[in-house]
Amino acid sequence: MGDHSNSNVSFYKASSGIKSWLYTLDHKRIGLMYLGLILLGFLVGGLMATLLRFELLSPEKLLLTAKQYNQVFTLHGAVMVFLFVIPSIPAAFGNFLLPLQIGAKDVAFPRLNLLSLYIYFLGALMMVAAIFMGSVDTGWTFYTPYSISSDTSVVMTVLGAFVLGFSSILTGVNFIATIHKMRAPGMTWFKMPLFCWSLYATAIIQVLATPVLAITLLLLALERLIGVGIFDPALGGDPVLFEHFFWFYSHPAVYIMILPAMGVMNELVTTFCKKNIFGYRLIAYSSIAIAAISFVVWGHHLFVSGQSYFANMLFSLITFLVAIPSAIKVFNWLATMYKGSISITAPFLYFLWFLFMFSVGGFTGVVLGSLSLDVHLHDTYYVVAHFHYVMMGGVVMAFLGALHYWWPKMTGKLYNEPMAKFAAVLIFIGFNWVFFVQFLMGSKGMPRRYYTYLDQFQPYHIISTIGSWVLLAAFLLVAYIFIRSLRKGEPAPNNPWGGLTLEWHISSPPTLENFEKIPVIKHDPYDYERMPIP
Amino acid sequence: MADQVESLVEHGNIWFPDAAGSMATKVDFLYSVTMWVSVVIFVAMFLVGLYFVIKYKRSAINQKAESHVTDNVRLELAWSFIPFVLLMILFAWSFRDYLDLVIAPPDAQEIKVVAKKWLWEVEYPELNMKALNEIVVPVSTPIKLTMTATDVLHSLFIPNFRVKRDIIPNRYSTLWFEAIKPGVFQLFCTEFCGDGHSEMIGIVRVLSEPDYQEWLLAGSEDESIPLDELGKKLYVSKACNTCHSIDGTDMVGPTWKGLFNSDRNLQSGEVVTADDNYIRESIVYPQVKLVSGYQPVMPAYAGLLSDRDIDGIIAYIKTLK
Repeated sequence: MGDHSNSNVSFYKASSGIKSWLYTLDHKRIGLMYLGLILLGFLVGGLMATLLRFELLSPEKLLLTAKQYNQVFTLHGAVMVFLFVIPSIPAAFGNFLLPLQIGAKDVAFPRLNLLSLYIYFLGALMMVAAIFMGSVDTGWTFYTPYSISSDTSVVMTVLGAFVLGFSSILTGVNFIATIHKMRAPGMTWFKMPLFCWSLYATAIIQVLATPVLAITLLLLALERLIGVGIFDPALGGDPVLFEHFFWFYSHPAVYIMILPAMGVMNELVTTFCKKNIFGYRLIAYSSIAIAAISFVVWGHHLFVSGQSYFANMLFSLITFLVAIPSAIKVFNWLATMYKGSISITAPFLYFLWFLFMFSVGGFTGVVLGSLSLDVHLHDTYYVVAHFHYVMMGGVVMAFLGALHYWWPKMTGKLYNEPMAKFAAVLIFIGFNWVFFVQFLMGSKGMPRRYYTYLDQFQPYHIISTIGSWVLLAAFLLVAYIFIRSLRKGEPAPNNPWGGLTLEWHISSPPTLENFEKIPVIKHDPYDYERMPIP
Repeated sequence: MADQVESLVEHGNIWFPDAAGSMATKVDFLYSVTMWVSVVIFVAMFLVGLYFVIKYKRSAINQKAESHVTDNVRLELAWSFIPFVLLMILFAWSFRDYLDLVIAPPDAQEIKVVAKKWLWEVEYPELNMKALNEIVVPVSTPIKLTMTATDVLHSLFIPNFRVKRDIIPNRYSTLWFEAIKPGVFQLFCTEFCGDGHSEMIGIVRVLSEPDYQEWLLAGSEDESIPLDELGKKLYVSKACNTCHSIDGTDMVGPTWKGLFNSDRNLQSGEVVTADDNYIRESIVYPQVKLVSGYQPVMPAYAGLLSDRDIDGIIAYIKTLK
């Protein structure tokens, strides 16, 4: 590839034409293509969410029938989880930035990287095909035996998720190899940027947990196609076994989503406080601790399923333990701000939003991990609010922070910073408007996945739905800011924020080979005391 | 006997519906403790963050950080150890309450519940009685529900009692509660079970001891009301309204409006007239003559409705022209 590449030309200009993108082995182009597809997924999932919230304005039918509503909430969940949140930060920003941050020219297996992109695309196409084949209505959890008896396209959707899993595994394998073998000379494990640590922890979970999902989904497909009788009680199977299998992957998957977001937080806080991270080792170890413990908490999704009291006790205990490394990270970020030189930019606002919303998600997560409290709150809107505070208030805020922070590096363009700050404030308001009221509604007893509801809950639903319009407007504004930047943005300098990690030492956008000369690392990644700002 | 179902939203406090079960106050108390401790910690973190942002805001472009402290072992031990202790207290406390919440006292009175798409079948073994979507219990008596499902997963949730339990086909699961005051309380299905999931709701009627005795003597039937009015009542109380509209709207099942004496196109290709016998058969054994365009999802009501109930429903359908 790039036979005529000139070492001073940006990777955009190194080669041209549609084929130069489709056949590219460049991690930056692959990362950008991932970013485009992932944003498309977010758009589709987000519009579905807006549609759901609109329908919930009234307990009567507005636009959707019960069945259509069930299909749309299932798709909203499946699209957001499998097409957006899981690949979001690792596949898009991880691909683009991991080699830059560790001083490498590419990932360890560039061809595998391109393959994982194509597999992701295939999986996404299968999910889209499933929508047209009688869109699935089981909830993204596919619980049996409902998913066995549903007359919708369960098999196609499940196979789509199965294929997407391989994309995730391949990216994970690639990152592990890259981090082990491709770090620049002098970059020991503890001189590596913390974003890379979080990608490493994430990759371990991806590689170890995703095969379990693959097996589970295959068994479900077999159950539907030839009735093997593993999960179907009518054939002597056990639906609770399916719940165990499903969450054995899907709970670690929550950490596949949140760990890279936490990684982004470290980059944001150090750059915008011009200060070394507080407690580097504790943060790195806590990523690994979270990855390890995340494998043994899945049972907290089954507290009212009929799982034994003893199992419930163990899973509750371990769930509390996983809260500790998460809390440590939050305290370390706060401590990093102490005596810093804090620059309040749009990406830093998203850092602050993450701290705020992730903490709300964390505290309510502790409530849900408490056995006696979970019995009442399980499967109500309280849970819906909780996981949106973690997934959207956490992961999406970090994703937006990353998008703003690395945008100048990735595109070579600046965006309108005052407008972006305004949009960030609007997102904060809109998000809390939609979801805070759902805590109250849930603890009052409103069950989730309800198409219609008792009239007494309508005021809560109306408040939440109006909030969804604010949030939608905020996201449209963010989209406008970036589209405008692409068309009219000022050229970005190499280091617009004053960052220290290696990506800020090279041109914006980077050249095809990233580094003219592979750097030699002597300092800690965020050592603002001793290192000059490039 | 109060007939009004108690509102979840209007009664109770801002977080919880009225505490009507013996365990509810314990659950609410632990929630309050957890929440207030969380609020205190959260607000403290928020204020610290806000203070840092204001105090250390960059005022000149090249301003450097005032200090580069990167470690403080004592501080880090403190904020690892203190959350650990708090969480362990919460764990032990909530587990202790949980055991009380799920282990029924040995003298609990047993009621059987069968959940199916999309209704609750309630059977009182000692009274030899069956009912739909309504559980009648005496106040201040431990009640144990032994539950199973016939089709997919369901979950029985009574918010006022703070109890919930999944119901699984081919298996019994149990749930117990003791109502501490008379009243009519909401009951929900909280495990997604398909199109009618959000309408799979019922009530728990808690009666004072004298009212309960009266209810036992009276039985469930009221012979005095006219047939079509009985049918109108049963339309709601037997959950027909989950799937059949009375205004012509197409739902999971065919509408009842204009049903009587109309021609029905069956899946077998046959065309039959919806007369008394057809409707009776379609209630008792719904799968025998399926109208084309609808799924075979209706449960058989054989044994669940008396002859007078069925007559009542037919009479009611006749009024819907």
